[in-house]
Amino acid sequence: MKARVATVWLDGCSGCHMSFLDMDERLVELAEKADIVYGPLADTKEFPENVDVTLVEGAVSSEEDLHKILIIRKNSRIVVSLGDCAVTSNVPSMRNSVGTDAILFRAYRENATHALQIPDKVIPKLLPRAVPVHEVVKVDVFIPGCPPSADTIFEAVMGLLTGQKADLASLTRFGA
Amino acid sequence: MSVKTLVIDGKDVSGNDNQTVMEVARENGIRIPALCHLDGLTPVGACRMCVIEVKGLNKLLPACVTRIEEGMEVSTNSDRLQRYRRTILELLFSERNHICSVCVSNGHCDLQGLAARHGVTHVSVPYRYPSCPVDATHSRFILDHNRCILCTRCVRVCDEVEGAHTWDVMGRGIEARVITDLNQQWGTSGSCTSCSKCVHVCPTGALSEKGKSVAEMAKHREFLPYLKQMREDHR
Repeated sequence: MKARVATVWLDGCSGCHMSFLDMDERLVELAEKADIVYGPLADTKEFPENVDVTLVEGAVSSEEDLHKILIIRKNSRIVVSLGDCAVTSNVPSMRNSVGTDAILFRAYRENATHALQIPDKVIPKLLPRAVPVHEVVKVDVFIPGCPPSADTIFEAVMGLLTGQKADLASLTRFGA
Repeated sequence: MSVKTLVIDGKDVSGNDNQTVMEVARENGIRIPALCHLDGLTPVGACRMCVIEVKGLNKLLPACVTRIEEGMEVSTNSDRLQRYRRTILELLFSERNHICSVCVSNGHCDLQGLAARHGVTHVSVPYRYPSCPVDATHSRFILDHNRCILCTRCVRVCDEVEGAHTWDVMGRGIEARVITDLNQQWGTSGSCTSCSKCVHVCPTGALSEKGKSVAEMAKHREFLPYLKQMREDHR
């Protein structure tokens, strides 16, 4: 039976997902072992149950991120922090020492010339800090890199699907 | 001066009695990791990356400031030491805002390199996210406190090699910061000679040259042992 793999995009730039796509023809090899059951690359609205491996891109930064990551943890056997934003909170964390109010004011009032208002409808509220995924839920595998290379992602994911764990420290690093 | 013999990681080695464990280990091809230590500067034992186990002692010693002793049995790479070194690195990452991906020193950084070599794939302690200023008042260089690990290489090279003593450390514990002159903007320093030695010995992106973008700030440290050797030869 094929493994059920999900990918998730929290507070990140989607660069990790681009790197995932950069696996090119090896995606076919991956598809022989796993189905992508949820993610920006699949047309599914709700995070499904009984997921084997979930790759999480991005820091936990908004109330929606927090809501999602708790469901992801509950429904996933293995949670993988994919990339520096998930692993270290990286660039999204640069707002942490400034404060949420100050950063919203700068973006939506100071640096805007039209419709000066801080949005409070539809888009999710920011948490006081953008934090790494493992500060919120237990994370099983860490893949640092900004973004991790396609080779690294392939080795890591295939390792998880075949039970032969990849030596990630030798493949990638913070900022790679 | 007398010769002393000791054992490092099971290997019989010898050195002069004024040498440190770090020096003798390196002469014998045994690599002890270090961060604040730099050949050519007085060792201070600040970062603790070079901690070693010595048989008969139940505390760990920093190899960079520990003199060799006759009959010493040293272990440099036990599981316990590896674990402590990883913890030191994690604490350093958590203390300031080290955003490797957008740092001028990405790919050239001693802290980043040591983390990779020691298998640090994440930081298990909570990050502090302190508010740290950046001083870009100097015409050629930038000081970014977000990346500083307080190794004091800049303080030592400025004092011991350049002879200007522009740099020093102010404050205590988590509040400690490197400062120029009397805690004034670097650009207004009367003692700084703009020699750039501090920039090049800095292990991270805390000190950099203006105009360098992400991953462009390669450091050049060849001058340091060379200058030291020249001075010793002319003594």
